[in-house]
Amino acid sequence: MFHKLTPALVLALGLTGAAAVTALPALAQDGPLRIEITDGVTDPVAIAIPDFYGDSDLAGKIRQVVADDLTGTGLFREIARDAHVSSHDDFNDAVAYEEWRAINAQALVTADVSGQGEEINVKFRLFDIFAGQPLGDGMQFVARSGDWRRAAHKIADQIYSRLTGESAYFDSRVAFVQETGPKDARIKRIGVMDYDGANILWMTDSSSLVLAPQFSPDGKKIVYTSFESGFPQLQILDVASVSSRPLTQGGNSMAFSPVFSPDGRWIAFAQDNGVDTDLWLMDAATGTGRPLTKTHAIDTSPSFSPDGKRIVFESDRSGTQQLYVVPVEGGEPTRISFGEGRYGDPTWSPKGDMIAFTKQLGDRFHIAVMRSDGSEEKTLTDSFLDEGPTWAPNGRVIMFTRVTPGGNGQPRLHSVDISGRNMRPLELDSAASDPSWGPLLP
Amino acid sequence: MKPYLLPLTLSVVMLAACAQQPPAQQVQDPYANLGNGALYQGDLASGSLPGEATAQYFSSQVGDTILFAANQTALNSEARAILNRQAEWLTKHQEFSAVVQGHAEETGTREYNLALGARRAGAVQEYLVANGVESGRIRTLSFGKERPAEVCSEESCYAKNRRAVTVVSASGVGS
Repeated sequence: MFHKLTPALVLALGLTGAAAVTALPALAQDGPLRIEITDGVTDPVAIAIPDFYGDSDLAGKIRQVVADDLTGTGLFREIARDAHVSSHDDFNDAVAYEEWRAINAQALVTADVSGQGEEINVKFRLFDIFAGQPLGDGMQFVARSGDWRRAAHKIADQIYSRLTGESAYFDSRVAFVQETGPKDARIKRIGVMDYDGANILWMTDSSSLVLAPQFSPDGKKIVYTSFESGFPQLQILDVASVSSRPLTQGGNSMAFSPVFSPDGRWIAFAQDNGVDTDLWLMDAATGTGRPLTKTHAIDTSPSFSPDGKRIVFESDRSGTQQLYVVPVEGGEPTRISFGEGRYGDPTWSPKGDMIAFTKQLGDRFHIAVMRSDGSEEKTLTDSFLDEGPTWAPNGRVIMFTRVTPGGNGQPRLHSVDISGRNMRPLELDSAASDPSWGPLLP
Repeated sequence: MKPYLLPLTLSVVMLAACAQQPPAQQVQDPYANLGNGALYQGDLASGSLPGEATAQYFSSQVGDTILFAANQTALNSEARAILNRQAEWLTKHQEFSAVVQGHAEETGTREYNLALGARRAGAVQEYLVANGVESGRIRTLSFGKERPAEVCSEESCYAKNRRAVTVVSASGVGS
């Protein structure tokens, strides 16, 4: 469970012919089966995922992860296996589309898990039942058996991408902060886990207060705020070797809220000199920095645009917290938020089209999104305390921290899609906060 | 794992009412809430009042904590009165240096509250320096909303968490 992952091999199988069946006219859909994520899906696609072929007990586990990935999006509804009427003996048997239509399946996934010992071989196919044809090529993944969850996520990613036209996100990792202990003496440590909470690896011990980890674009480094020196300063850790080192030193300033640029070369962060908090840019390799903003205000929570040319951040220079965009070479920031309430934690979507943020209105907190020019603001959540949004690699799902009130209040990670639907908590053994969603793994 | 502090309220009351020895042991957790005399872990039942040149005297007699209004960093008259006493004590006891901890209530984002706590600590530092304390003897530190003094999610607790705590030590800034 704790060994390092190796990328799964992906091979397109030339097997589509083996399952080829004369295409039938679509019965209940125009054109190929397709899910439009942004259009407010009311009826999830009914998908059948019969037992995977293969003797290995991994076959059942992989099938379950595929099903959980897909249904977890809210875009799919799994047809219970005891309702299936069609059965096959072999992965290469022709699909009996009529039998799947009879139970109103719209999509069908078949798969075969073989291999033994160190290596497994997982093949799968996806079928559009009403069109009566395969959706894309069959595919084969070769993975170390310890990486079986990754193989499952890869299959689910393929299915998701083929049916939504969007890039995928299941085979990805999330950095987060585990929280234990009482509210006034919380113990925090940074962990890295699969997007669904599996395979947690601890990156720091619990001796120092640590906050707000942020993945590098390649997922190999994490920058975060640490109180190890007694004062908040930046640290960087290498995920593979689980070793960290300071990026900033004490002096008379505090540093926090670090974030990587999309090319990984720069780290933007907030630095307080005892009078005001300004944004700085640091060369990640050399540690040399330069100021980006300078006001008698709090400027914090920077986030780069995906092209690396601009930074969105929050500032109270107008009197209340609002969102601003500034070119990375500096210059006058442009305010982009103008609604009621306080705006914080802006995070640029990996697609570049949207910015997610935390909005405080009265005594309620919301995760919300707007277009990157500030238009079309849309509130996604509402609670006592929601904060810290982070984007899935495909820009379609947001993970954030939700805190319950009271002396025993606890933070918990939740996710929601950008339409505001499918809000769900992430099931973890302990309280958690400050998620940072890493890249889709190769 | 480092030790937790004992309950704070109890030790404050007893410090004020009873006599005592110098602290037997300093608490090691640098992240614990150090306000209100919590450093004291010694025998509470016997001894004499803490000497004036002690961190215990500073926290219990001079007053180490000032409070702020929501989202504000301005010092009110009550805060200034406490800070006047702090400045006077620090001027008198040159061997001490101070770390000013700024804190914020939980109703704000983590990142903003870190900056807000820093600004509160900075406001205290600025006031102490204006009242004669050398700036090199004071460091500031923000805990944001990470170390509340009170844990309930109501204004009665928030009011106590919007604070700056001055922690003095005789062994140099930040140590």
